[in-house]
Amino acid sequence: MITLYPLKQFRFPVTAECISPDIFQDKKCEEVEALKIWEGNKKKRLGELFKVEETKTDQHQAETTLAISGDLSEVRRIGAYMTGGSITIKGDVGTHLGEEMKGGKITVHGNVASWAGSMMKGGTIEIRGNTSDYLAAPYRGSNQGMRGGEIIVHGDVGNETGAYMKKGLIKIYGNVGQFAGSRMHNGTIYVQKNCEGRVGACMRNGKIIIGGFLESVLPTFTIDSIRKRVKIGGDDAVEGPFYRFLGDLAENGIGKLFVFKDKNPQLHHYEEFL
Amino acid sequence: MEFLIKNGFVYDPINGVIGEKMDVAIKNGKIVEKVNEHTAKEVDASGMVVMPGGVDIHTHIAGSEVNTGRLLRPEDHFRDFERKTSIIRSGVGRSIPSTFTTGYRYARMGYTTIMNPSMPPLEAKHTHEELNDTPMVDKATYPLLGDWWFVLEYLKDGKIEECAKYVAWMITATKGYAIKIVNPGGSEAWGSGRNMSSIDDEVPYFGITPREIIRGLYKVNKILNLPHTIHVHTNNLGKPGNYLTALDTMKCVEDLASENRPAIHITHCQFCAFKGSDWRSMVSGADEIAKYVNNHSHVTLDMGQVIFTDTTTMTADGPFQYTLYELSRNKWVNHDVETETSSGIVPFRYRRKSYANAIQWSIGLELALLVKDPWKIFMTTDHPNGGPFTSYPRIIAWFMSRKAREATIKKINRRARSRSLLPSIDRELDFYELAIMTRAGQAKALALRNKGHLGIGADADVAIYNINPKTTDPSRNYKTVRKAFRNAAYTIKSGKIVAKNGEILEHVEGATMWLNVQVSEPIKITEDIKRRFREYWTVEYENYPVTENYLEVSHPITVKADV
Repeated sequence: MITLYPLKQFRFPVTAECISPDIFQDKKCEEVEALKIWEGNKKKRLGELFKVEETKTDQHQAETTLAISGDLSEVRRIGAYMTGGSITIKGDVGTHLGEEMKGGKITVHGNVASWAGSMMKGGTIEIRGNTSDYLAAPYRGSNQGMRGGEIIVHGDVGNETGAYMKKGLIKIYGNVGQFAGSRMHNGTIYVQKNCEGRVGACMRNGKIIIGGFLESVLPTFTIDSIRKRVKIGGDDAVEGPFYRFLGDLAENGIGKLFVFKDKNPQLHHYEEFL
Repeated sequence: MEFLIKNGFVYDPINGVIGEKMDVAIKNGKIVEKVNEHTAKEVDASGMVVMPGGVDIHTHIAGSEVNTGRLLRPEDHFRDFERKTSIIRSGVGRSIPSTFTTGYRYARMGYTTIMNPSMPPLEAKHTHEELNDTPMVDKATYPLLGDWWFVLEYLKDGKIEECAKYVAWMITATKGYAIKIVNPGGSEAWGSGRNMSSIDDEVPYFGITPREIIRGLYKVNKILNLPHTIHVHTNNLGKPGNYLTALDTMKCVEDLASENRPAIHITHCQFCAFKGSDWRSMVSGADEIAKYVNNHSHVTLDMGQVIFTDTTTMTADGPFQYTLYELSRNKWVNHDVETETSSGIVPFRYRRKSYANAIQWSIGLELALLVKDPWKIFMTTDHPNGGPFTSYPRIIAWFMSRKAREATIKKINRRARSRSLLPSIDRELDFYELAIMTRAGQAKALALRNKGHLGIGADADVAIYNINPKTTDPSRNYKTVRKAFRNAAYTIKSGKIVAKNGEILEHVEGATMWLNVQVSEPIKITEDIKRRFREYWTVEYENYPVTENYLEVSHPITVKADV
């Protein structure tokens, strides 16, 4: 296992695509230290910014594991394009964590900045703290959103979570901002707590489940039924009752939006349309 | 600076040189008879192919449309970028690269002259600003005149000479090079939500048909003695069954055309060679079009080849772009350019496994291979509509190698494979035919006297490709061909080595060519015209024309009109 410690408080953004199990695989400490990394507009060696420690384990590990501890809030693109192995981070992390990752696992014990899991295709990201906007959303202008894998956030999330999502699962145990699941094509987003609104704007298909308060549903959604329980990926299910809305009709969508009935008395008037 | 390109296999179709081993001498930016062998810098081209610099007759590289495309597609940029060096400027973009990068990438492929084919006259200033910023290549642009209200009004009244004077004024005022007609009448009708379904439909309000517009502008073109023919994007583009419209368009000027001179250029012909009644039953109409073109001398074509990739489509054909939006459901832009034309932009991905896209891919190559005379059909992708211009090396490989075509055919939609004509075509082009289709033919069609050949007095625009025609069999080693044409061993522009093996050695500005059309009695800008400007356009007459000092490197070509 390789552990990295930042040697200083970074003042400039550090672009660290090289911090990835795929690249660290079968590399010795010295080789890891020699990796190229950008700090601001300067090209540096990884060893100049991080202390690298290798911990020997008795049995040979099949997967490369990597740990980082310290404040990484200026460090971007950790674990980008990774296909396997695992990264454990203790501390806050910068933007584009696990961008376009295909496999493996990233665990963060801290907060994460925007664009976490952007365009990811597989693997798992687990965030113990909060994260910001554009969770799993694609690059600006692109419509290739999340296409697989799983993201679990234990804290709160910002706006535009899971935009253009095509497959996969996002579980959020905290609150979310606006436009969760906007333009999503498929996949599942589960929010345990409250949601700021405009959920599922322009969604075509897929599933969004809001377990907390949602002030209003977009007018382009239509009530379909009340469900007792809803499945979220695999065998997991949450107990309801839930209002089930279909939409977004502005896009001829058949996406399903589930909103927890008991916490949303302001939506009771929809029942007359059932 | 003097250069001597030694021992290359020279392909210069205009001067009838077919792969002869000879030297090319360059002095002061021109090809000359000979130079002092002791002082001239020697370029060793032994075992390499020497051709005139490439000429691209139709490539959307500048203007407000292209720029809106860039704005629309940030995702096209972030994966493909070029870093600044001490010589080149930085840039981004794959299907719509930024202006500087466009110039560098063309130069790397050995291209030295490119034509921007659609410029709404209203956007002329913007277009020329971007052309000024496109280095390494000489360029020109065609104003869109087929739907301009003045043209429609004068043609309706049958006032050809009057119309010609206005067109002459417009070409000079916007610093254009040829008459571009896009979906004649259709772009105008699109303003009221309609389109032209054949060349005999009537344009709403104006009461004129596309046939009359094409014939009228052909006559105007002839009266004005413009170097290029009318450059036509047909009606019904991109609709199954439209090969009949394309044939009608070619036929409609058949009786007017003089013997053995091209009268009409049908651009990106692939998009108007669809047979069938809907997308499912669509098949290739390339055979019929090629037959017609083989039997008539008044038509030239360019391919508009489709590449299986993600690209950005953009044309002045608003209704066609709307159809594309409906197919792709992608983000889109549609725009009405006041009295002149319309336009639209839709990002599109051509898929191998899509039946229609695979047929389209096949049609482009069928056209190129079935038209027997390479002087009549030119290689383009209608950049970026069929694919980015950087995919030319792949098309060249498909031209030269049946094996390369088969390798791609294997991967395309199965139903398309069984309906494609390509497997039955054995023709493989040689370097001589390739030189015609990529430079000489295009230069001839554009009547660029000093381009596209290596005769004495020609501009010293030379491309040298690292492939030996004596030892390499392009038919079998198509990957070598692709590699050689991707990065020219040397690109020489105006007597300077600007690129070598894909590396830009020098940043040079290219000239903007434009026509100074001289008529005996130019139109008088009366109060009435100014009033029309005030009423029809958002721009006042005074701000409309592009003055010559607007062009960084101006290269006017004077044309004497017969009127």
